[in-house]
Amino acid sequence: MDGDAEANNKENKNDQEDDILADHEIPHISKRKITYSTIKSSPFLAQQGTEQVRVPNVIVLVGLPARGKTYISRKLCRYLNWIGIKTKAINVGDYRRSACDLDNSEHEFFSPYNLKGTQIRDDCARRAMEDMGRYLQSKEGEVAIFDATNTTRERRQMVIDFCHAPERDPKFRVFFVESVCDDPKIIEQNITDVKINSPDYKGRMEAEQAKEDFMKRIENYKIQYEPLDEDDDYDLSFIKVINAGRSFFVHNVAGHVQSRVVYFLMNIHLSPRSIYLTRHGESEYNRMGRLGGDSPLSENGMKYARRLREYFEKENVRDLRIWSSQKIRAAQTASFLKDLAAHTEFWKPLEEIDAGICEGLTYEEIASRYPKQFNDRDKDKYHYRYPSGESYEDLVARLEPVIMELERQSNVLVVSHQAVLRCILAYFYNVNPSELPYVKVPLHSVLKLTPVAYGCNAETIPFNIDAADTHRDKPANLSPSRSVDEALATLPKRVVGDRKPPTSNNPPPLS
Amino acid sequence: MDGDAEANNKENKNDQEDDILADHEIPHISKRKITYSTIKSSPFLAQQGTEQVRVPNVIVLVGLPARGKTYISRKLCRYLNWIGIKTKAINVGDYRRSACDLDNSEHEFFSPYNLKGTQIRDDCARRAMEDMGRYLQSKEGEVAIFDATNTTRERRQMVIDFCHAPERDPKFRVFFVESVCDDPKIIEQNITDVKINSPDYKGRMEAEQAKEDFMKRIENYKIQYEPLDEDDDYDLSFIKVINAGRSFFVHNVAGHVQSRVVYFLMNIHLSPRSIYLTRHGESEYNRMGRLGGDSPLSENGMKYARRLREYFEKENVRDLRIWSSQKIRAAQTASFLKDLAAHTEFWKPLEEIDAGICEGLTYEEIASRYPKQFNDRDKDKYHYRYPSGESYEDLVARLEPVIMELERQSNVLVVSHQAVLRCILAYFYNVNPSELPYVKVPLHSVLKLTPVAYGCNAETIPFNIDAADTHRDKPAWETSTENAIVLCHSPW
Repeated sequence: MDGDAEANNKENKNDQEDDILADHEIPHISKRKITYSTIKSSPFLAQQGTEQVRVPNVIVLVGLPARGKTYISRKLCRYLNWIGIKTKAINVGDYRRSACDLDNSEHEFFSPYNLKGTQIRDDCARRAMEDMGRYLQSKEGEVAIFDATNTTRERRQMVIDFCHAPERDPKFRVFFVESVCDDPKIIEQNITDVKINSPDYKGRMEAEQAKEDFMKRIENYKIQYEPLDEDDDYDLSFIKVINAGRSFFVHNVAGHVQSRVVYFLMNIHLSPRSIYLTRHGESEYNRMGRLGGDSPLSENGMKYARRLREYFEKENVRDLRIWSSQKIRAAQTASFLKDLAAHTEFWKPLEEIDAGICEGLTYEEIASRYPKQFNDRDKDKYHYRYPSGESYEDLVARLEPVIMELERQSNVLVVSHQAVLRCILAYFYNVNPSELPYVKVPLHSVLKLTPVAYGCNAETIPFNIDAADTHRDKPANLSPSRSVDEALATLPKRVVGDRKPPTSNNPPPLS
Repeated sequence: MDGDAEANNKENKNDQEDDILADHEIPHISKRKITYSTIKSSPFLAQQGTEQVRVPNVIVLVGLPARGKTYISRKLCRYLNWIGIKTKAINVGDYRRSACDLDNSEHEFFSPYNLKGTQIRDDCARRAMEDMGRYLQSKEGEVAIFDATNTTRERRQMVIDFCHAPERDPKFRVFFVESVCDDPKIIEQNITDVKINSPDYKGRMEAEQAKEDFMKRIENYKIQYEPLDEDDDYDLSFIKVINAGRSFFVHNVAGHVQSRVVYFLMNIHLSPRSIYLTRHGESEYNRMGRLGGDSPLSENGMKYARRLREYFEKENVRDLRIWSSQKIRAAQTASFLKDLAAHTEFWKPLEEIDAGICEGLTYEEIASRYPKQFNDRDKDKYHYRYPSGESYEDLVARLEPVIMELERQSNVLVVSHQAVLRCILAYFYNVNPSELPYVKVPLHSVLKLTPVAYGCNAETIPFNIDAADTHRDKPAWETSTENAIVLCHSPW
């Protein structure tokens, strides 16, 4: 019997059984219709549909200006969202900028003796907090990051009182992340990298003038700064990040989210380096339009591997590590470069997404054998799990240790596969789940990522070597009654192999 | 063509290719014959055969007596070994006990003014360090844990000098783990739990007397104690564990091993709780002797699930969490108990080992279709990876987050599968890789683990419901291809 009927039979069988099973019936889409339990890819992934009572967390940044608070907020926000914990960062400075006219960005505005300035700033903080409260209360998200200096005990108490207000149920958990820095080099670098070009100064002052004004702003804050203290703040939960991660003081961590935050903060670093991402060279299966499998490189693929090596010979990367999947096509590609690297390692978690019953099939074969599966996948490609295989969501769970290790390392070249690179890029570019499975990662090109300021500089190095196109966009027609042709409307051009005769809408196959 | 020939063909094909491939030929045994690269299950697993240059690490405990140093040493040692980093804990107190006669266990021995005592203790520390040096230098292991008070800067400098001695290449990395505690309740509990019964006192003094003597021993150490300090010890790498984990001060972490150690220490806790481990009830495939698959519970399995529920009704566990694999047989079992639990969660990492091409087959079918595979698996069951499937080593990698989360949680019931439970038990019982795949985990019984002192109290609760026996011991001699079928003794 055909695949879908098989899958359906299983579902019907379940229905007949004792409704004890109703809560863990396992459709191929990991989005579940059940009450409070769901399949978790990993302890760290908050899977969609889980109605487990999750306590909302507020992460409160603390520190003088130019201590990396916004850098931490954005990076943390990106990481938490990627592992499935819906997070939003709220920068009080943004509120202040929209509340005041330009004249007020100069350092006197921030003096504690400037009553009007203080009033405006308090008001902005309050409005930011209310937006944050709404975000969490409505369950739009689970974690809010409150990015402001929060340098006085009074201000911090205001945040705590807001989070623990009697009408809140459950109360928001509060975790402070304080960045403490007395290394003048780091501070100066911060100011040069991000402050001089900030909306506060850009186009309004010369760089030198901006720097001076900013230093005075810092002095104004210092007057009232009350750092977190293990005795005076004994009942609070917090981490002090000291000198950009040289030391940490961690106090009273409560709950899963806080422990993940601590783990993440202790693994990131600021040293300059580059991350290179590439797929394996074109493989035999790529040419045939077949999914998955373990086929070797084609001629073109070999050509790419050789050119890749030439590229890295020129790049002359210091202390390069190569991480490759263990599939033949990736291992072959990586092996061309191994003597250029300090270390070459082959990792199981870098393997392509497991297509389960669809391994080795072409899209046409899937569309005709398993039309319902094919349809379900188009409807929700991120959560769809191939029967006996994986979903993109599962991929993210298995890639989390890889991302953590990438954060810890210096120069790394990752040789992997389409779906895996989509997940990795989603981490660096904050791509949301509905777009992640459609990120373009063409064969035979290298993406070079270099962290800079608050984000990542991305450089695509094309190699101009022919390759099969393996990218399939989301088709227009998602209804279960669509024809096979409609389902295959966005199929990429094929290089070799038989294919259904093209309709007028489909481009002819390459010879 | 039969499975092995297929696999062999692939290997031959690889041989014919450019020897560029020689370094990443991928046999079904994850032990590799290649030079410096190997398949890693995870960044955290140090796979066997990897000749990657690994820097030896020495973890040096620091702290007054009864601060949990030996507890930390043993737990850390167990965890690092489980994730594949060969580790050995060296307790200087053991050296001292074998060096001295019994009279010298009393507190005056530890006074800094007792010259003879001091000399003996210095000598023991030195001998312990030398054993540690040999262990690391010979590459017998990667990490050594130096468990002693190390309370003076002088003693710590001695350890650093030893590790950085000019003739060492590479030098041993040093990481200090200091346990600081000023909560009298915790200290008192420690003394009661582990000190009174230690060889120093057992059978020689009454409990009260032992406690008093021990408190005086602590006072002797306090005289000279110089805690680690972020300014004076700026160039060192260390973590201060404060009041059994309420706070931590982490300074200058260098390298992968140290960052894993920090992560682990920040996730363990001392609060009492129990971990319950069970397999799913007997499934249809179990009765047929088939591997893997996703079959539902049999009659007996249903019976077990019902009795399991009755057991937990009686246990009345506070705030119980149930973690189950998503396979039907496990989910069915767990569902009988779900209203007894605070949370029920289904986890992909708890799924049974993926038997790849052998999924759904019986042992006889595997022995006849893939005799070479069958043989290879018996030779090295821990590292053997089913083609298109997994190895026990891969299982450990995927279970590492589960173990970390188990450490963080309180009362948990894990409903899973044979191979998975073997890995989890290996973690709690320090079972080595050659024995891990043969740990007995019969169907229809619950194992209740309760942490106590330095280890775990284990209680097996049998349910006396018939079940298929799915345990296959290592055959007495290597199965050659001819003997494979003969030696495939199925248990029913």
